[in-house]
Amino acid sequence: MLDRVSSLPPARARAAPAVRDARRARVGALRRMVSPLLILVLWQAASWSGLVSPQTLASPLAILATATDLTRSGVLPHNLLVSLVRAGSGLAIAIAGGVVLALIAGLSRLGEDAIDAPMQMLRTLPALALVPLFILWFGIGETPKVALVALGAMIPIYLNLFKGIRAIDPKLLEMGRTLGLSQGQMIRQIVLPGALPDLLTGLRFSVGISWLMLVVAEQVNASSGIGHMMMDAQDFLRTDIILVGLLVYALLGLLSDQVVRWLERTLLAWRPAARVSA
Amino acid sequence: MSAAATHTGVRVEGLGKRYGQTRVLDDLDLEIRPGEFVALLGRSGSGKTTLLRTLAGLDPVEDGAVVVPRQVAVVFQEARLLPWKRVRDNVMLGLDGADARDRAEAALEEVGLAHRLDAWPLTLSGGEAQRVGIARALVRSPELLMLDEPFASLDALTRLRMHAMVDALWQKHRCAVLLVTHDVDEALTLGDRAVVLDRGRIRTTLPLTMQRPRRHDDPGFSAARRSLLAALDVHEAA
Ligand SMILES: Nc1ncnc2c1ncn2[C@@H]1O[C@H](COP(=O)(O)OP(=O)(O)OP(=O)(O)O)[C@@H](O)[C@H]1O
Ligand SMILES: [Mg+2]
Repeated sequence: MLDRVSSLPPARARAAPAVRDARRARVGALRRMVSPLLILVLWQAASWSGLVSPQTLASPLAILATATDLTRSGVLPHNLLVSLVRAGSGLAIAIAGGVVLALIAGLSRLGEDAIDAPMQMLRTLPALALVPLFILWFGIGETPKVALVALGAMIPIYLNLFKGIRAIDPKLLEMGRTLGLSQGQMIRQIVLPGALPDLLTGLRFSVGISWLMLVVAEQVNASSGIGHMMMDAQDFLRTDIILVGLLVYALLGLLSDQVVRWLERTLLAWRPAARVSA
Repeated sequence: MSAAATHTGVRVEGLGKRYGQTRVLDDLDLEIRPGEFVALLGRSGSGKTTLLRTLAGLDPVEDGAVVVPRQVAVVFQEARLLPWKRVRDNVMLGLDGADARDRAEAALEEVGLAHRLDAWPLTLSGGEAQRVGIARALVRSPELLMLDEPFASLDALTRLRMHAMVDALWQKHRCAVLLVTHDVDEALTLGDRAVVLDRGRIRTTLPLTMQRPRRHDDPGFSAARRSLLAALDVHEAA
């Protein structure tokens, strides 16, 4: 009887820190919210008091109202869709092109000689500097915008996947040979899954670059898209619309990053680190 | 030249291998009968792994002749599992046929891992990983199974259990086995014959005739142990 009582405290002592940690984490998260909220309140107060004019910076409440209006009228959804299609198709081309080029360069010396040098040169080129040339070549339609996204996003995919393929443990490839795997099986079962972590790292960079390319492409010349919506608003001193555009960009960046993180968690579940954080 | 033989043993004649100026294998002869268990010993750097890699077809035959069976399986010192495939899929790698999955599961059951079929390799202990490697080799029903210091990194107790397991598996499958080891007791426990590689050739061949399952207190065991240690240039105080 006494024994059983004395065995209780250690068990409770083990549970307590976990509970305390969870509570501390929640309090910490709340505390981090305080200063952004305070900034919002001060910002709103500055607008109300007339300290900041709407032509300089619209108030948070005005931005919220504008966002609702733009959504109701269909202006925002339409432009958002246009931008998403541009970024999405550019990224898709970048992934396909980057993977194919990295496979060719990574799997053969001849391919490396042919592809790697030009890719390394392309890497040093700031892709945004190509805008004037792309407009000359492709006009002002969708092509230059998608091409800009595709080119910019392809570089990190290629670089990371190529590095990943070259870093595959030769012992695993040797093991595949003793098991009698064909060339195709070696690529599908060993090379590609082994380089997948690097491919996903490249994808993370690519997604970020896609948005950057898109912003510039749409602000330089476009008749639709989030960037165009913001440039249009500039002509009418509508800082509220410009800020809605910024907000949308921020959300898109955040969301796409979460998608890549989720991909990493699910596809790399075999890695001990990924398992712990999942 | 390496070619498939009509019999399923191993025949090596006059095998030579050099890296730069150093001759690692020099006119080496070795024969392994079908179903025979040969333990290969030798100093570090004497060329054991080189011989095994040549037999596995990983290194080319430069000098001499090598005949090995068609089905050869290798277990390396590190298990060499693909970390991104679950245990079962690692064993199934390269197998085809509708029963591949069942065969893989049966092989894993044989090595006592029926409960770890869906585990990720990085979560396995050293001994478990090595057992998966053995299952992956056995599932191919090899006529020749080669193991390169498969238990070197395991603790002594686990190693003893692995010996018992390998012994049982070999009794059942009856394939020819070439086991590279530095552990004299391992060679004595498992081998039909112990051979010692020295200066490029098999210099010592020691038939091991003690009754199986082998017991360390068998009088034949300590006699064989002394001969083998002498062949390895280790002389115990009498
Ligand atoms: N790729 C290589 N290039 C040059 N030398 C090599 C190469 N592989 C092996 N050697 C040399 O050949 C010799 C035999 O090596 P091997 O790996 O076969 O030895 P081993 O008997 O397996 O040794 P251990 O017991 O330490 O594993 C060593 O001297 C080694 O340095
Ligand atoms: Mg070796």
